Order: sequence, then structure tokens, then C-alpha cells
Amino acid sequence: MKREHNGGITRRDLMIVGAATAATYAFPKVAYGQANVEAPASGEALKALDASLKSEVSFTVNGTARDIAVDNRTTLLDALRETLQLTGTKKGCDHGQCGACTVSVNGRRINSCLTLAVMHQDDEITSIEGLGTPDDLHPMQAAFIEHDGYQCGYCTPGQICSAKATLEEIRAGIPSHVTADITGPIEASDDEIRERMSGNICRCGAYSNILAAIKDVKGQNA
Amino acid sequence: MEFNNPAENNVFDRAKVIGQPLRRIDGPLKVSGTAPYAYERHDAVPGQAYGYPVGSAIAKGRITNIDTSAAEAAPGVLGIVTTLEHDPIENLWDYDPVRHFGGDEILHYHQAVAVVVAETFEQARAAANLLDITYERDESANFDLSKTPQASGDSDADPVQNVGDFESAFASAAVKLDQTYTTPAESHSMMEPHATIAAWDGDKVTLWTSNQMIEWGRQSIAKAFDIAPDNVRLDSPYLGGGFGAKLFVRSDAVMAGLAARKVGRPVKVTLPRPMVFNNTTHRGETIQHIRIGADENGKITAIGHHNATNALTAVGGENATLPIVAFYAGANRHIVNAPAKMHLPNSNAMRAPGETAGLMAFEIAMDEMAEKLGMDPVEFRIANDTQVDPGNPDVPFSDRHFVECLERGAETFGWSNRNTAPGATRDGAWMIGHGVAGAYRPAPVQKSGARVVLEPDGTLRVESDMTDIGTGSYTVMAQTAAEVMGLTIDDVSIDLGDSNYPVSAGSGGQWGAASATAGVYAACVALREQIAERLAVAEGDLTFEDGAVRHGDTSTPLSQIGKGEEIAAEDSIEFGDFRSKEALVSTFGAHFVEVAVHAHTGEIRIRRMLAVCDSGRILNPLTARSQVIGAMTMGVGGAIMEEMAVDHRHGFFVNHDLAGYEVPVHLDIPSQEVIFLETTDPYSTPLKAKGVGELGLCGVAAAIANGVYNATGVRVRDYPVTLDKIIGQLPAV
Repeated sequence: MKREHNGGITRRDLMIVGAATAATYAFPKVAYGQANVEAPASGEALKALDASLKSEVSFTVNGTARDIAVDNRTTLLDALRETLQLTGTKKGCDHGQCGACTVSVNGRRINSCLTLAVMHQDDEITSIEGLGTPDDLHPMQAAFIEHDGYQCGYCTPGQICSAKATLEEIRAGIPSHVTADITGPIEASDDEIRERMSGNICRCGAYSNILAAIKDVKGQNA
Repeated sequence: MEFNNPAENNVFDRAKVIGQPLRRIDGPLKVSGTAPYAYERHDAVPGQAYGYPVGSAIAKGRITNIDTSAAEAAPGVLGIVTTLEHDPIENLWDYDPVRHFGGDEILHYHQAVAVVVAETFEQARAAANLLDITYERDESANFDLSKTPQASGDSDADPVQNVGDFESAFASAAVKLDQTYTTPAESHSMMEPHATIAAWDGDKVTLWTSNQMIEWGRQSIAKAFDIAPDNVRLDSPYLGGGFGAKLFVRSDAVMAGLAARKVGRPVKVTLPRPMVFNNTTHRGETIQHIRIGADENGKITAIGHHNATNALTAVGGENATLPIVAFYAGANRHIVNAPAKMHLPNSNAMRAPGETAGLMAFEIAMDEMAEKLGMDPVEFRIANDTQVDPGNPDVPFSDRHFVECLERGAETFGWSNRNTAPGATRDGAWMIGHGVAGAYRPAPVQKSGARVVLEPDGTLRVESDMTDIGTGSYTVMAQTAAEVMGLTIDDVSIDLGDSNYPVSAGSGGQWGAASATAGVYAACVALREQIAERLAVAEGDLTFEDGAVRHGDTSTPLSQIGKGEEIAAEDSIEFGDFRSKEALVSTFGAHFVEVAVHAHTGEIRIRRMLAVCDSGRILNPLTARSQVIGAMTMGVGGAIMEEMAVDHRHGFFVNHDLAGYEVPVHLDIPSQEVIFLETTDPYSTPLKAKGVGELGLCGVAAAIANGVYNATGVRVRDYPVTLDKIIGQLPAV
């Protein structure tokens, strides 16, 4: 038996296995959450630090002005889900890997888990709740139902926000990795849509149906 | 209701509602973000605090100390529960003999060892980072399946099938194959991580959670907290996927319950995505030694299959032998499953457990045998179809149309146009190949109950603890009720996933839809009998149609039966053993794929996919098709990208997040086509239906691997089939 603290993984091991694997356990006292500051020794100091980690921020969510006081470490995703209790936006990974948290900020889609709420003073944020309601669906929402573009539904709000943005980006002439000709209008081909949607994972595997839904909406707009 | 004989002609054969491609009734909630998943039930109970879990940093050994002082002093912290303050909470359910929490012993990496509770998520997470844990690492652990005795076939496991004389038949076979195949550990990676909100009221606890099997979970939680099952309520109306990962309660539920009890407030815990892979379960790795012997005409005479797989406990591993015992004919068979006890996290069921890895390997072997025999791989499979259990020829398959799957698929796909010489078809820089594989998965059922309530307005409410993990349970159960009661689906409302409702089959093993719809049927028949009693006529003389019940020339609207009161009925379907004694009830399919491999880089792209499925009555072609295309998509992952990489020094899955563990994304998935054969299986359920969600995954990866071989002439027997395994053998550019 070898006795060690917090797993005893060495810096060299860490470089081999990748930081995401073991950083939390190897250096627990170094990083205080996302603030990346030395953790103070005393409780009083910690409390003072915690207070200093809060900020007020004002932004617009789905057309409604919101003024909130949040922990500086709070992501936009958690500000929506926890602070404002707008839970349509989903947390699938919290690391920008799955796209379930996709929302629109000032007309551009982003992963809301990769951005802090306090970075969005005066921004205009649109989440799935801003697109439509069960009784008044956005055409993209209706198309997802029509084409069964989902199964479990957990990635669905993110898929729909991305799908809407995908068509907007194509119309705006923003090229993607698969755009063959970047000098003229971009054709909303199957692969053009697939490429732009590839940041939104659907583990249930509804991709073919999601593509059909997006093409349906594209056709309605044409 | 007992199901003791094959179904006869019945109400489902009119198929007015059942069998129709109706849109999901839960669709508007899902697309608008208003379907409530576990972690987001803010309205369920006030005062929810946040629990942040901590996983072990070693794979085997013990914890000698946890210094919580810094964490306790951190802002917002309400309490800390450590593993050292509890006896082990383990073996909560028969099929899940793992330790969820408690004790000083570490059995696997990221075993839950503490949960820190605070007012906010950020406070809890920050304080969790302040725990100082001292470990004693046990260096004796083995994390490498290839180094186990089982890997080389040296095990004392009894054969799961030993028929005829395999060794002699194989030795004397005209054509033989003797190869070893490997499949890696795979992760369910459902989009919603495990999550639970727990709240105590005295010695009663409620868990708003994400769980496929509500009754198993209720019993497990009662055992975990040493309370009566009646004091436990689970509520899980929506799950963000499961694929087997949520068959059993996991550490999120245990920690939420313990933490809520300790801090005296409701606590919610979700597993951070990077903890899901090593804390919970996975599909086990396999090393499969396959031997097939055949005569000159391509008739299989001998099948040998030895499967080694990793398991932390006696129950675990990926039993790849499951499909091999019954899929193909062959008089002499020797089949062994040999789990190797290893100190990786425990492996357990992931979608089509056993069939997936088994057919990943065996369906490549079938392709190789066909080539050795000079036969078309479709024809070779057809030649070895069996209508009886090859291990017990007195037992026939209840309804098997595997040959038709292959033939329909070959015709639809244009199989006859394929190039038969590997590496001979090009499309510019791309080498084009076609692959086929068979699919096989049993069609199990479970006892399943429901309660139905005829409302005074003539509409119907259905209640069951059945879950909808994306499979369409809400919709197909509502369709069933509508069909039996002569209503439209708009007349039916349905509540699922609450342990206060009758116990259902739950979601697993592709038994969910077939069993739960039969349970709804049983409850509806009980309701029809009550209605018949009120009308003083025999139930069999009534016709339920267009919102009314007809008897002779008399038609009474359902809204008038209860005279202003609701009428409730409850029953379960129980399946008699004729179903397993008299027949093998299974599902069958065939997958065809076209792949392109880049001649310069070895990059693999899937160009088109076709599945043909024989699963009995399809309850809803729209949602069933979605299950199959989803399974095909998961099969693409298993074929060309998914692999939990094991660190053999430290004993954990290295790529434990969705960046490192690659699953298919939009651009990976081409045009997909699904054909359902119009079959019904009276041995299965009153609806003559069987599952399809797992069948869709079976064989997909092998079809792709075979397609890559056809494209390039490079045979890869170690999944996933990635470019590094083929590029060195590609023809010179």
C-alpha cells in the first residue's frame, strides 16, 4: 500500500492523462472554483471572498429585462436554469461539448455553459422559451414534432435554437467548413446543414429527422 | 390479466389507432423546453440546496482520512457527507451489485466518496475542491482485460451452450474460420446526466429523479436508507435518455438522499459529466474467440464462441454469447461466457447488452466465412437460417422472418449491384464498399400494470409508473388505450413515471413498449368489464367505437356511463411461461450500409444505411422508426469512433467526457432508411408486438466494418474501425 493525498497523481502523470482527468483532485487547494485564486486559509477570509465574487448584471431574456445578482462564477446557463428558473435550456456536459445549452445572444448562437452571466451586461438573450410555447409554436418547433426530430427531448431545445441559427447563418452568407464556394450565396445543402448542426449532439440519434425538420422550415421560408 | 395462450384475433387487429404513425403527444412540451427533467423541478419542493459530488482519485485501495475543515468553512456550505461516516450502501438490486457510497474501501475510480452541500451550485463546487482526502492505493489491481486468463480462453466458466461435439465437427469441417475479435468499453452517454432532487418528510423520502425502472428504484432506495418501500416515492416523468445507464439508482440518488437527511433540507445532486463515465456503468470490453466450421455448401456445422469481458463483481460484463446461442443453425456448438474480475468500474447493461458486442464480432466472422466459401454474405446467412432453437430443436421460433429481412433489404438496397471484389470501386479519391450484417435480439416481456380512469366527460386518463426514455411510451400507451376504448388519441391523457401509480414493466431490454401497452390493455379490459356490468350486458357483446359503447342497436356515449362520476379500473398483464417453453420469441433484422474510405487518409464516411426489421406489430411507425434510426446512429458510433480508453496504470477510463468520448454528430450520419416487415407475433403479447429499440443497434457496426473491408480489402477485427488501423494497409496512392 502506498499512502498519498488526493490520488497522488504526479504532474508528469497529469500531462500524460490530460488535465480534465485529474486536475480537481491533484491540486485541490490551488484553484478556488473558477476564480482561480489561492484559497484563503480562514473562514472569515473565505466569506469576504465569496461576497466579492458576486455581481449585479442586467440583460434581456426573451424580451424581458432582467436584473440579477449572481456569483461571478455562474455561467449564463446556470443563471437561466437556476437563478431565473428558465429550465428549457439544458445542461448536458457543462463543458461546451454537447450543445444542449445553445441559446442566442445578440442574434448569435453560443453554448451558454461556456460563458459567464456577468459577461452579458445589456445583452439580448433568446432561449427556447422565447421561440414559442406549446400552444404557440415557432415553425422550427412544429417541424421537429412533425418529423419526430427527437426522442428523449433533452438535446431538443438546443437543437432547435441551433437549427434556427443555422438557417439564419446560411442566409447571412456566413461560410462553414463544408461551404464549397464562399464567394456567392450559400446553398443550404444537406451537408451544409449537418456541418453547422454538428455541435449539437443527439445521443438518441434523431439526426436524420432533425435534418428533415430543418429542410422543411427552409422550404417554408423559401 | 394472464397471457397464457397465443393471442387470437382481437381489438388490435382493427388497428384504427394502434399502428398509426401518430406524432408524439409529449412533443409540444419537449420542443418548447417545458417537459420537466429531474434536476430542474424547482416547483417540486421549496428550499432546494445544491450537492456537489466528489469521486475517488484512485481505482483501488482505501481512504484513511478526509479533512473537511476547509470545505466546512467555505461560504454557503450547509453540510458535507463523506463516505467514511456511512456503512457501505451497496447491492441495492439483484442486477446491480455495486457500491454506491459508504465505507473506506475504494473499488473503482470516481467511486462517490463525498457530497458537499451549499446554498448555490458554485459554492458547493468550490467547497468540494477543498476536501483533502488521504488514500492508500492498492497496487495489486488489474485493469487490462488482455492480461487476464479469461482473455486467452483459460477459464473455468461452464459453457452457456454445449451441443453435439464441437471440437470434432470443427476439426473435420471443410471450411473453417478461427479468429479473435475485440470490442472496447462503451459509454451510454445519454444527454441528461444522472440527477436527483431528494426531500425528506419524517422517515418518508421523495426523489425526483431520472430512472428507467421506477419500482426497482423504489425498492433500492428503501434498502439504501433502511426504510419501508412504502415510504419511498420516485417521480421520473421525463428522462433525458438512459440506454441502460438509468436502469438502477445511481450515486446521485443515494447522495441526494443522504445529504438531504443530513442538512435537513431538500438537496439536488447531478453527476458532473466527467464523473458519469467512471462513477456509473458502461458496456464492458470483450475479447471474443470465434470458430466457425462449415461444409462445402456453406452449411454451418460447428460454432465455437468464447467471450472474455471485464466485470467488477459477479454480475457484470458484456455477455457477447447471448445472440450466438440461437441466431444461426449449426448442430455442434460450444459457447462460453467468461467474465474476468477486474477493478474498472462495473460494467452493466447498455442498449442490447450482449447482442451488441456479440454481433459486432460474429457478424464480421460470418462475412469472413462467406468469403472463404466464395458465397455472397447474404446467401450465406440465408443458408444458415433456423426456424428452431439450434440448442433445443424441439422449440421453434414463434415468428421468424430473418430471411425476408435479408431478401427485402438486398433488393431495396441494390445489393446485387455491389462490387464483390474488395478495394475495386472508386469514386474519385474515395474507395466505396458495401456491407451487410444480421440482427438478432430476444423479445422479453415483464409484468406490467396500469390504471385507467374514464372521466365524466368521456375522456380517459391512464396512469402507470412506466417511463418514457425517448422511446415514445406516452404515445403508444395512449394509442393502446384509445384503440381498446374506441377513442381518439386526443381523448386520452396519460401520466407516467410516478411510483404512486401501478407498477409497470419499466424501460429496459426492449421490453418496455410491448409489455406496457399490454398492461394498458389489461386495465382497459377491466374498465370495459365495469362498463358492461353497469349496462348489464356481457363485455364480449359490446363494441367500443367513436367515443361510445354499442350493444345491438343501442349506442351509449362513454360520457354517459359514469353519470357524472369517474370510473377507475386497474390491472396488470402477467405473461405465462408458455411464451418461453413453447417457443423462442425474438426479433430479427438486417442492416445494409455503403461506406466510403478516403484512399489517401483512410477517413471513413458512411454514405447510406438501410435497416429491415421483423419485430411483430409496429405500434407506431413514426416513433419506432426513430428508435431504429437512433440505434443505427449508435451503431455508427460503435463501428468507427466509440471507445472508452483504459489507463492500465491508474485504472480508469481516460476519455471521460463528451469531447474525448466521441459519439456520432450530424455530419457523421447519412440518409437512413428503415423497413418494418408487416408481421405480428401472437406469442409475444395481446398486441402481437415485440421491441425494436435494441434490435436496431444489433449488427450495425459489423455491417460497417464489413463495408470498410469491401471498400479497402483491409479486415479490422478490433473495434472501433479507425483510420489508423487501415491506413498502413491501403494500396499505395
